[in-house]
This record gives sequence, C-alpha cells and structure tokens, in this order.
Amino acid sequence: MRKPACAGRTCLAAIVQFESVGLRYGTGAEVLRDLDFTLSQGGFYFLTGASGAGKTSLLKLLYLAQRPTRGRIRLFGDDLSDSPRDWLPDFRRRIGVVFQDFRLIRHLSAYDNVALPLRIAGRDPVQIDSAVGEMLDWVGLGDRAGARPATLSGGEQQRVAIARAVITQPDLLVADEPTGNVDAEMARRLLHLFSALNGLGTTVVVATHDLGLIASNPGAELMRLDKGALVDPTGSLKNPPLSPQREAGA
Amino acid sequence: MTFARAWTSGAEGLLPAGKLHAPTVALLAIMTFVMLVVAAAGLALANAAGAVAGGVENRYVVEIPAAATPDLPRALAAVRSAPGVRAASAIPESEMRATLGRWLGEAASSSDLPVPALVTLELAPGADQGAIEAAVRRQVPSARLLSESGELRPLLGSLHALQWVALALVLMMAAAAASAVVLATRGALDTHRTTIEIMHGIGATDAQLSRLFERKIAVDAIAGAVAGTVAAGIVLLLAGGGAAVLAGELMSIVPLGALDLAFLLLLPLAVVILATLVARWTLLRALRETL
Repeated sequence: MRKPACAGRTCLAAIVQFESVGLRYGTGAEVLRDLDFTLSQGGFYFLTGASGAGKTSLLKLLYLAQRPTRGRIRLFGDDLSDSPRDWLPDFRRRIGVVFQDFRLIRHLSAYDNVALPLRIAGRDPVQIDSAVGEMLDWVGLGDRAGARPATLSGGEQQRVAIARAVITQPDLLVADEPTGNVDAEMARRLLHLFSALNGLGTTVVVATHDLGLIASNPGAELMRLDKGALVDPTGSLKNPPLSPQREAGA
Repeated sequence: MTFARAWTSGAEGLLPAGKLHAPTVALLAIMTFVMLVVAAAGLALANAAGAVAGGVENRYVVEIPAAATPDLPRALAAVRSAPGVRAASAIPESEMRATLGRWLGEAASSSDLPVPALVTLELAPGADQGAIEAAVRRQVPSARLLSESGELRPLLGSLHALQWVALALVLMMAAAAASAVVLATRGALDTHRTTIEIMHGIGATDAQLSRLFERKIAVDAIAGAVAGTVAAGIVLLLAGGGAAVLAGELMSIVPLGALDLAFLLLLPLAVVILATLVARWTLLRALRETL
C-alpha cells in the first residue's frame, strides 16, 4: 500500500483502503476483483467506467451496503470487512449517499426526507428545522418542502436526495450519477456544493458518465473501472497521483 | 435525545400512519374473543367444581339394604352418638319413592319395589370415618358408609379435565395470535423493505427501525384486543343474563368473582404485550439477516 496522497493543503490520511477486494453476488462470477486502492481524506474522486463495469457495486462497498467476499476494507481507520454489524450504523452516519434512483421515502415530504439523517442521529429539532430549511433553499426547493416525492420531478427528487446526503456534512460523500436527472445549471451548482463540502474536508466519490462534470473539476482524481477491475495504464491505481493542477497549487 | 422522541417532531408518517392493518386487527380480535370466552368458561368450570366439591366434602350417606330397613332407628341412633358427627338425618321413604317416581312412575310406589334406607350425615373435619362405620355396623351389619364426594369423583374429574382443556385452548389461541403477529410483521417488513434499506443506509440502528414497526403492530394489537374484548363482553353478558354477570354470576349458576373478572381483563393486555414482544423478536431477527 502506497502512502496517502497529499492534496495540496496537507498530507492527508487514508480514509478508505481496499486491499485485494473482490465481490460476487451469490454464486455468480466476481463483479469486482482485485481492487487495491486508497482514498485520502479530503480527496475528490470520479469513478468512471462503462455500464456494468461495477461502479455501483464498488459504491455499495464504500457505503457499507455490501461486504466484500474477499479482501479487506478499512474505513475511517477501522477494518470493516467482517466487523460486527452493530458497528455499521455509526460508520454509515459518517457517509452521505446519493443513490442513482434517489431512494426517497415516498410517504415522507421533501422536508422529512432531508431531515431523516439528522433525526436518526438524534439532533435537536430546532437545529434540524434550521438546517433542513437552509438546505432546501440551497437546492432550490424551499417552496416544495411539504411535497411528497411522487409530486416532484426527477430533477427535484435528485436534489432532495442530494440534500439528504450532504445535510450531516459527512466525512465521505458517495454519489451515483448525481447529475443524471438535473439540468446543466443545477449540475454546476451541485458540483459546486460537492466542492464546497470537499473543501471542508469531506472526501467525495462521484460515479458518473458525465465527462463535462469530470472536466469541470480538474483537481479531482480519476478512477476507471473495466469489467470489475480498476484500470489505470498510468499506474496510478493504488493511489492516484495528484493532478497537475493540484500539484501546481501545492 | 432518543430516536422515538426526535421522531415525534413531524415524521410519524415514515410508515403510512393512521391505517390499521385490517387482517391483523381482525385476527387478533377473533383470538382475543375466543380466549376470553374460553377462559371465562374455564373459570366458571373451576368455580363450579370448587362449589360442588366444597358442598359435599364432609357429607356421607349410610345405606341400609331394603331387607334391613327395620333397623334404621338403631343405625340412626348409632350415627348420632358417634364422635365427629355434626348432623344426621334419615331420608323418609316417601321422599325416596317420590324421587324414584320421576324415572319409574307409578311402579315406584309399589311395595314390591325394595327401597333401601338412607341416613345423610355431615362429619366434622378430621372425623374418624372408620369408627363411625364400625359403630353403625355393630347395630346393622349390612350397612355401608358412602362418601358423597367419592360418588361425585368422576364428575369432578371431568370438570377438572375441562379446565385443563380450557387452559390449553387459551394457550393455543395465544400461540396462534403470536403466529399471526409473526406473519403480519414479516408482511410489514416486505412492504417497507425499501424504507428499511434507506434507513439502514442512513445509519438507523435495528432498534430504531424495530421501534417504528413495534408501535404499528402494538396499535393493531390494541385495536384487535379492544374489539375482541367488547365482543366477548357482549356475548358473556348475554349468556349470563345481563346483570347477573355484573352481579358476579355467570349463567346464573356459576359465580365469576372479582379476581376472575380481573384475570379476564388482563388477557387482552397480555395479547397486546405478547404481540409487541413477538413483533420485536421477529423484527430484530429479520433485520439481523440484512447488513
């Protein structure tokens, strides 16, 4: 394992470490194999690859929806490969997830969906009200707080899902095609939000096909999956090198 | 702050609120109804058996064969003078023939029908039955001392067996109610699987998730238990002759005491507690199978 990357500000610790990780569903073939990489605290990563390459499966491992069938995964310094499941909620509260299919709770309003992580964490109702209102305003849904997901457009649902993922200012933000259902302006604002969170120390991993999105954040590292394996002809897989822009800023 | 407390601030609708799961409510209502009626019947049987056994506990009969009926006065005197005999009286032959007449008709009055003489006696607790029988036999060798409770033993045995049957039925109903709750809980988990996955993904613990479903199952159980109790109450009141039950008597014959009524009222509460505990067990067990 190589040393963690330095992202210009300081030399940052590894927040995620994959060691020879493989994943298969049931008795099928491995959908992920031999994953061996480190994500640094405060890093910004794009995960790319063709459909079926394993991006969503890799994200599931990151946000603890799956355990690897082989190898070790260390998250926030703890080996969670075969940790007791009672440990997982505390770790999950440090991870924000934007699902490709939004995964909003249909019985709850936009407000309650966004408030959910704070309520689960036992935050004070006054703080929740303030934070949720601010977040909904930011994603442009302040006037749709009481709307149920079924009455929201795809883009609005996506924004609610993003607001829910980031409202706790997680240590790790994992987003699966977050701009798939929003217009260019909203995509720009979302990327700005992700960058702002990243600036506050949140490690961001975005799975996307959107080359424009990747291009608009030249400081980010790129991870490419092909048939379940990380492909990196430049040899930067285990610890992606700093981009020229970030090196220049260091 | 607990999750439940935080949850009351506006997100009670995570699971569709205010809607009872009708099949669960109906099943629990029926089972509560049957449990209450069967338990009431069991208690009534217990009380009846106790009353019958208590009534004949110290009662005996001296039977003198028909051929020896002229010796009745001597036997009666021997009984009355025996230690431990509180009261003794001969049953008049006319009364016995009148009793037999219910089955035999006119033939009961015939002098050709031999009728034994009977002396009923009540003994003090601890009285020596052997000594009393010996004293009577010294006067009338063919006389026999019979225990009334001995005569009623098969009936009392049947009543006790019925009590056990009632208890077994109540326990079976409880087991059936628990099974219904398991099925309802699994159904609720299937219905809300996506919600559970989202909640888990956001960091909800099993206990937090379980609490949400427990509350829903408990509300269904309360509704079912109340409905079943009301229905059973109406049936018991009608069967017991209305006010007779309120006065402490069931079916105008067998009393249900205050303790019995208190026990019956605890049964619906037990159904609710059982349903909630079974739901929690089922939920936690099912959630443990997920990551």
